[in-house]
Amino acid sequence: MSLPTGVRNWLDERFHWADLIGPLKKKTVPVHKLSYWYFLGGITLFLFMIQVCTGILLLLYYRPGANEAFESVQYIMTRVQFGWLVRSIHSWAANLMILTAFAHMFSVVFLRAYRKPRELTWVSGMLLLFLAMGFGFSGYLLPWNTLAFFATKVGTEIAGQVPVIGHGVMVFLRGGEDVTGATLTRFFGFHVAVLPGLTTLLVLIHLALVQYFGMSVPPGVETRWNSSPAAARQMKFFPNFFLRELMAWYIALGVLGALAAILPWELGTKADPFASAPAGIRPEWYFMFMFQTFKKIPAKIGFIDGEVAGILVFGVAGALWMLLPFFDPLARGRGRKFIMGAAVFALSYIVAMTIYGYVAK
Amino acid sequence: MMLPLLVSSSLVQAQTSNTCLDCHGALDPPLQVTAEKFAEDIHSQKGLTCASCHGGDPAKADLDAMSKSAGFRGKIERSQIPALCGGCHSDGAFMRNYNPTLRTDQLSQYKTSVHGKLFAKADTKVAVCIDCHGVHGLRPASDTRSKVHPLNIAQTCSRCHADSVYMKGYSIPTDQFAKYSTSVHHDALVVRGDLSAPTCTTCHGNHGAAPPGVDTVQNVCSKCHVFQDQMYEKSSHKAAFQSAGLPGCVVCHGNHGIRHPTDAKLGTGSEATCMQCHTPGDPCDQARAEMFAGLTRLDDAIKNAHNLLGVAESSGMDVSQARMDEDQARDALTKARVTIHSFRTDLVGQDIQEGLKIAAKNLQAGQQALAERNFRRKGLGVALVFILMTVAGLFLYIRQLERDAPKA
Repeated sequence: MSLPTGVRNWLDERFHWADLIGPLKKKTVPVHKLSYWYFLGGITLFLFMIQVCTGILLLLYYRPGANEAFESVQYIMTRVQFGWLVRSIHSWAANLMILTAFAHMFSVVFLRAYRKPRELTWVSGMLLLFLAMGFGFSGYLLPWNTLAFFATKVGTEIAGQVPVIGHGVMVFLRGGEDVTGATLTRFFGFHVAVLPGLTTLLVLIHLALVQYFGMSVPPGVETRWNSSPAAARQMKFFPNFFLRELMAWYIALGVLGALAAILPWELGTKADPFASAPAGIRPEWYFMFMFQTFKKIPAKIGFIDGEVAGILVFGVAGALWMLLPFFDPLARGRGRKFIMGAAVFALSYIVAMTIYGYVAK
Repeated sequence: MMLPLLVSSSLVQAQTSNTCLDCHGALDPPLQVTAEKFAEDIHSQKGLTCASCHGGDPAKADLDAMSKSAGFRGKIERSQIPALCGGCHSDGAFMRNYNPTLRTDQLSQYKTSVHGKLFAKADTKVAVCIDCHGVHGLRPASDTRSKVHPLNIAQTCSRCHADSVYMKGYSIPTDQFAKYSTSVHHDALVVRGDLSAPTCTTCHGNHGAAPPGVDTVQNVCSKCHVFQDQMYEKSSHKAAFQSAGLPGCVVCHGNHGIRHPTDAKLGTGSEATCMQCHTPGDPCDQARAEMFAGLTRLDDAIKNAHNLLGVAESSGMDVSQARMDEDQARDALTKARVTIHSFRTDLVGQDIQEGLKIAAKNLQAGQQALAERNFRRKGLGVALVFILMTVAGLFLYIRQLERDAPKA
């Protein structure tokens, strides 16, 4: 008896392994011309796992504190064996993860994969995207460099503009009235304890829902398959789809390695809380569309402060976006076209304002 | 002695009215003094009126205000101006009422100046108080609009000293301002806005303005260039220049048109200074050549390291420590350039060696960073080959798997 068979038998005797992996063996993935969009969720998951692994390695040397954080990251980048690789992969993977998460989200919208019965899969996915952005926001400050310090100052200031609860939220995030070492410690706590815990839980829920409901088939393909069931094609999840996903993961790993080796993530200069803000401070690219909007919004819109109006618009738009699957059944014909139009507008707005944010002086 | 009393009484009158401005505001220049212009005058702001200097009674209307019985003194003659201004400004007790920190020795200093000495000889062409400070719209020196603010002093002096017609008969050049405008000092003061940089009064004095003599030039320059002065004190030039009656620093650097000194001053080209006095091949020329070669070597070493670190940095390598050390190497070069004023090859050599050591360390840091970059890229290449092989293997495996699978 070979070793793998022996192990399998051993597990089967105790845990009924065959029954446990049975659903996986039966799971299939629809095959059609848009199937490649199914890989995005898996790639995002892979990048999250990379984040967890590299994050743990960084924790071995990183020291949270206004007097030590920058130096410890500098030490990781210059003295620790392959520290530069680990940190660069952590930073690049974070950005790529948010990119693939956004792409995954828009693919779900345009393929209307959020529709019944997958409403909660969509909601859990949206919450995961928000958590990923929270990871980005909190992690950006951890090296305690000038750009991150002032970007965090601006970011938390914007949070402080939220009516009624804004000031409280800002003080909670900062650990006081200003961005200080207390903010860094707090962000570190969010980044390595609170957010990973919540994210792991939500990832499990999201995966369980995906497993339970299976992959969504785009409406056009579904109609065709319903009218002609013989045309419906499926692929086994394991091993056929899984091996394809594995190929995608390997390619993502290659891209990550190339980015880390050719464009190591910059550290910048140590933050000086007493210095004036340098020119060109900006948040991470995934907040740029909001940052640029706040920069361009008039000081007053009617009787409301421009920033408050901006926060309200983004807040309402985000809430409506998350509740999209619940509106979808109510919308028919023109209503669905309106939803698609709104999605195209949202994507165009995010892309255009992000580019504008980087190009504008 | 009477002037402060006159001022005090005019202060009382100021509470009532100032009829002088009613008429003089409407007159044509030079008799015109508008209320707006006078309101900007520091004296006006402190409560003084026209009568404080000119006498008369501003409370009275028409010519009664300018009657002799009202103490009207009329236009102040140039010959009376220093005494008139000094009447208040030399009175410490009186000036304490307005500005206790203001010096009260302006008039006594003026009397020691070239201006004051010629003035005492009845030369009224020379500068008196109002020529530099203005009149009726006089502002404190700290006001950037003041004629005696550091940024404006050279312009103020040049009004007379750059006017060859006006200066005719004084036997001094009139190109000082033109030269100063091209100087490193002007660049620091006007272009870079460094108010501590020297202007005319920094070297010549203000109220006691006089050209620094041959013996005192070194004292003037050393007010700022302390270390150069200490080195010059150790040099053989000190005694040589003194015995030859040469004005120290000015011999090599010039005066009004001082340019940013470069190492080329030690060379043999068009900017060379040493060879204007020394003979090629003499011991001093050999020492010059040694020091010049040392400075050039250090400068080149710093630039080479800097360029290499730049290449490493643009490749994404962290060379921040070496970048900080670069400042130390540049400091050593600056120190060596200062030590040149001792004209001692041993002292200059010490500074150059120190700089060369740091520059060599920085160069090595740059080389290591580039070696590390190449190692990373090679590692990436190997990793990518393995990844591509795995992807290709998976692709082939999937194809085989699906080829062998029973058709549905």
